[in-house]
Amino acid sequence: MTTRGLIIRGALVILVLVTLSSTFYTVSEQEQVVITQFGEPIGQAIGSPGLHVKIPFTQDANVFDKRWLEWNGNPNQVPTRDKKYIWVETYARWRIANPLLFFQRLRDERGAQSRLDDIIDGETRNVIASHNLIEIVRVSNRAFEAAEEAEDVMEAETMRQVELGRDKITRLILERASQVMPDYGIELVDVQIQRINYIETVQAKVFDRMISERKRIADRYRSEGQGKSAEIRGKKERELKVIESEAYKKTQEVMGGGDAKATAIYAEAYNHDRELYKFLRTMETYKSTIDKQSWLMLSTGADVFRYLQSANATGPSPRAEKH
Amino acid sequence: MANGPADFDQEQLLRMARDFWSRLRGGRRFILSAVAIVIALAAVVGSYYQVEPDEVGLVTRFGRFIRTTNPGPHGKIPFGIEQVQKVPVQRQLKQEFGFRTVHADVDSTYRKDEKTAAESSMLTGDLNVATVEWIVQYKISDPYKYLFKLRDVEQTFRLMAEASMRTVVGDHSVTELLTVGREAIAAKAKELLAELCRRYDNGISVQQLVLQDVDPPESVKPSFNEVNQAIQERERAINEAWAEYNQEIPRARGLAEQKIEASEGYAVDRVNRAKGDAGRFVALQEEYRKAPEVTRTRIYLETLTAVLPAAGKKLIFDEKAKGILPLFPLTGGQDAAKEAP
Repeated sequence: MTTRGLIIRGALVILVLVTLSSTFYTVSEQEQVVITQFGEPIGQAIGSPGLHVKIPFTQDANVFDKRWLEWNGNPNQVPTRDKKYIWVETYARWRIANPLLFFQRLRDERGAQSRLDDIIDGETRNVIASHNLIEIVRVSNRAFEAAEEAEDVMEAETMRQVELGRDKITRLILERASQVMPDYGIELVDVQIQRINYIETVQAKVFDRMISERKRIADRYRSEGQGKSAEIRGKKERELKVIESEAYKKTQEVMGGGDAKATAIYAEAYNHDRELYKFLRTMETYKSTIDKQSWLMLSTGADVFRYLQSANATGPSPRAEKH
Repeated sequence: MANGPADFDQEQLLRMARDFWSRLRGGRRFILSAVAIVIALAAVVGSYYQVEPDEVGLVTRFGRFIRTTNPGPHGKIPFGIEQVQKVPVQRQLKQEFGFRTVHADVDSTYRKDEKTAAESSMLTGDLNVATVEWIVQYKISDPYKYLFKLRDVEQTFRLMAEASMRTVVGDHSVTELLTVGREAIAAKAKELLAELCRRYDNGISVQQLVLQDVDPPESVKPSFNEVNQAIQERERAINEAWAEYNQEIPRARGLAEQKIEASEGYAVDRVNRAKGDAGRFVALQEEYRKAPEVTRTRIYLETLTAVLPAAGKKLIFDEKAKGILPLFPLTGGQDAAKEAP
């Protein structure tokens, strides 16, 4: 009797435990629960965390996440309005706003993911295809700093004014994709463009363009260097001329001044006796002009030889005195 | 399940009970006490937990959040009724983009592959392509939101950081990105990411965003280097020109100064000589006036005395004698001609 009694007691304990676990269920902070009876949803969704009670065995607790959930898009090859082929990768965050509706329409998250793929990818394509690439890349029309080096080499497309910009375009995708979401009990909380890249063939062309752009910039720097150095050399030449000519002017003035002063002094002194000056100067000239190469043909009539023929000749010739 | 451990203990105890039953009669008291001991042990182990110094513990009872506990040892209701999740709120966390640190040490090693290349490749505002690597340092500022607001909060944070960085880089030119704009871009991207965190309310506060390597794409790099080289060349050309300028101008100034000084010397020389000559003439003239005839003859004769011996050939002829010229001593003339240079 004791063995059988123990088995019966054990079975009873297990039965009680199973019943209890089917009656009580917990809802955690990140969960919300829809109660179904034989597969039919009963009442409103339960969102408050804690311990809850349901009818055991006939009712089921279907747990859904309450948090923001992930949706990571695959890279999409999309042509922009200006026919640039790019890969666009978006991500979105969404939450189950109406778990009852969500349960009825989509059953579970896997169903939701494939529906989100369709909607968000579709809207992304639509929006990207109807805008130019620059609208998707840039946010604003801010002017680039240090743009002077590249401004005349930049492509016209990059200088185009942006009407919307990336922020408004992502918002556009979000708005459009959000329109159908309430039907599925989903709230789309955010869509962002995570990555944009050129497709490979376009990328190669872009690289070529970048290379030629940089070459032009480099050429410009070089010619700028040549220009600037020529400018400096010109400045140097000019200053040299200024310095030299000013120095010439100054020296001529100074020397002229000296000459003038000297002339005045000479004139002042020699004016006392012009005849004497002439005589002395002439004597000086003889001294400095007659040398070994000179031939002198002298007449006995000259003053110096006056006494050569007669000791009685009287004095120097009167002609000399008249001079 | 909340009473999982209790189930397990009972099954085991049942088997043990049969063993013991055959040997021990009236051993029911023993079984009951054994069960009680095991349950008591499970309760003790299950009601203790410790929170590390850089963490806080979030306690939920039947899934509902009830309290936050600080570092140190704590008690809770066991058997899964209360559960603890620990969040490292004090720790500075880091995410890397475009590279991964494999081993952080004095010589850290990094890894880059296709996945990280996809993270770092992005379009600039002038529709060029650049490779940007960066890190984000952040803290968990609100552990409740961090745990319960988003599923996979870390992965979401990475996506947010990528979107923010690309948004900012997309509004700057490649030149700005590589040179003057680095700091501004990092600051703007951090601001944008912080704003996104506020919007997502994910309990994360961004501490720092630091740009690491920022490069043009590999195949374009040489031409970017060429630009740098050209800048160097420009500077060198300008510097060389200035060097020439600095060499020649001061020298020219010095030479000019020298000429001016020399001319001033010349002027002084002229004036002084004039004064000297004039003084001498005046003195001479004063004496001459006293005896003009004699002085004049003396000077004349003195001059000739000096001059005549210096002359190479002297020919003295009488004015009255005719035909002397044909007797000109030709040999002497030839000699004189020979002496001439």
